[in-house]
Amino acid sequence: MPGTMAGPAGARLKENGRSMSDATINSDISAQAGEAEAGFGDYFALLKPRVMSLVVFTALVGLVAAPVAVHPFIAFCAVLFIAVGGGASGALNMWWDADIDQVMKRTARRPVPAGKVDASEALAIGLTLSAFAVVMLGLAANWVAAGLLAFTIFFYAVVYTMWLKRWTPQNIVIGGAAGAFPPMIGWAVATGGVSLEAVLMFALIFMWTPPHFWALALFMNADYEKAGVPMLTVTHGRRVTRNHILAYTVLLVPLAIGTGLTSIGGPIYMTVSVVLNAAFLWGAFRIWRRDEDTAQADKYKVEKQVFGLSLLYLFLHFGAIMAEASLKPWGLGGWA
Amino acid sequence: MSFEKTTHNLHKRRMSRNVGVFVVLAAFVAIVFGLTVVKVSNMDTPVPGLQQSGGN
Repeated sequence: MPGTMAGPAGARLKENGRSMSDATINSDISAQAGEAEAGFGDYFALLKPRVMSLVVFTALVGLVAAPVAVHPFIAFCAVLFIAVGGGASGALNMWWDADIDQVMKRTARRPVPAGKVDASEALAIGLTLSAFAVVMLGLAANWVAAGLLAFTIFFYAVVYTMWLKRWTPQNIVIGGAAGAFPPMIGWAVATGGVSLEAVLMFALIFMWTPPHFWALALFMNADYEKAGVPMLTVTHGRRVTRNHILAYTVLLVPLAIGTGLTSIGGPIYMTVSVVLNAAFLWGAFRIWRRDEDTAQADKYKVEKQVFGLSLLYLFLHFGAIMAEASLKPWGLGGWA
Repeated sequence: MSFEKTTHNLHKRRMSRNVGVFVVLAAFVAIVFGLTVVKVSNMDTPVPGLQQSGGN
């Protein structure tokens, strides 16, 4: 639509009441339409694709680990709708947090703070996709799973983003629940309900989230401080954060290993879990015993290592659950 | 930036949006069709105990 492009630029020319060179006109047009106009990728970026990949993976594991077989196409659609729901909550988060995203280096390139997508568009996309994902999951699978997805979106967008994030240093502890729901939803897709195993998978992510994010916050503290987000590092300092990382890791270890004794566990899971938990606990201990001077001297080397390890920790735990479930048809997975 | 390049970028972005929306809508149609086929096929499978509760 050339009119859209030429309109505002032309109007501005008349307002100025003076002649302008071609270069000025073109750069004005570019600023008005060409550069600012969003492509499909910018709208897709609203859905936080990297977070979505974690949602897809954990939801798929929950679905595969469940003791009830699901038609492959329904399983595919269910995981897709869970991912869309997760993406929708990401868009709502970007709508609400545009002001602090703009301040933080890590998030300044997101489509809304970068000026590529209007905040109201992010809101519209978030609400529309939320409703779409919940209804479609209900129709494709069951309404228990759809209800859990709706609650997850509400929890992430309203409880975490609008309320906890800017209010309490425990924001990521409670807010971490939102990221912990996908395997439970996947389990509900297959079984139509929730059981101990689903709760344990939820608890694994829930307890993993605080040490994971606080390790990140230790070396990204300036960003949160600048944005006024009350991360534990900002409100209580790094020493307290280090203590918290160790405490939550100590609580996480028996939970992760205990999960291996249920029907979703088995020798593979147990081996992986024992090794990873020993490494993670050692990492948390190393973070705890360090002081700020040492950490600054080596540019938070240990904190960065533990953050990287935490990503591997979650991926391999859920990978092991998937492996146990996948081997069951051949009589290999699990304890039986 | 030349006028041609500006309009080229603009059209490229709009094109990517149009193609993206088309792909999403086409995928949605395929998903609804696929789900319908799967659900209807599952309905054909006899459910145990359904005949007894059939009625008077």
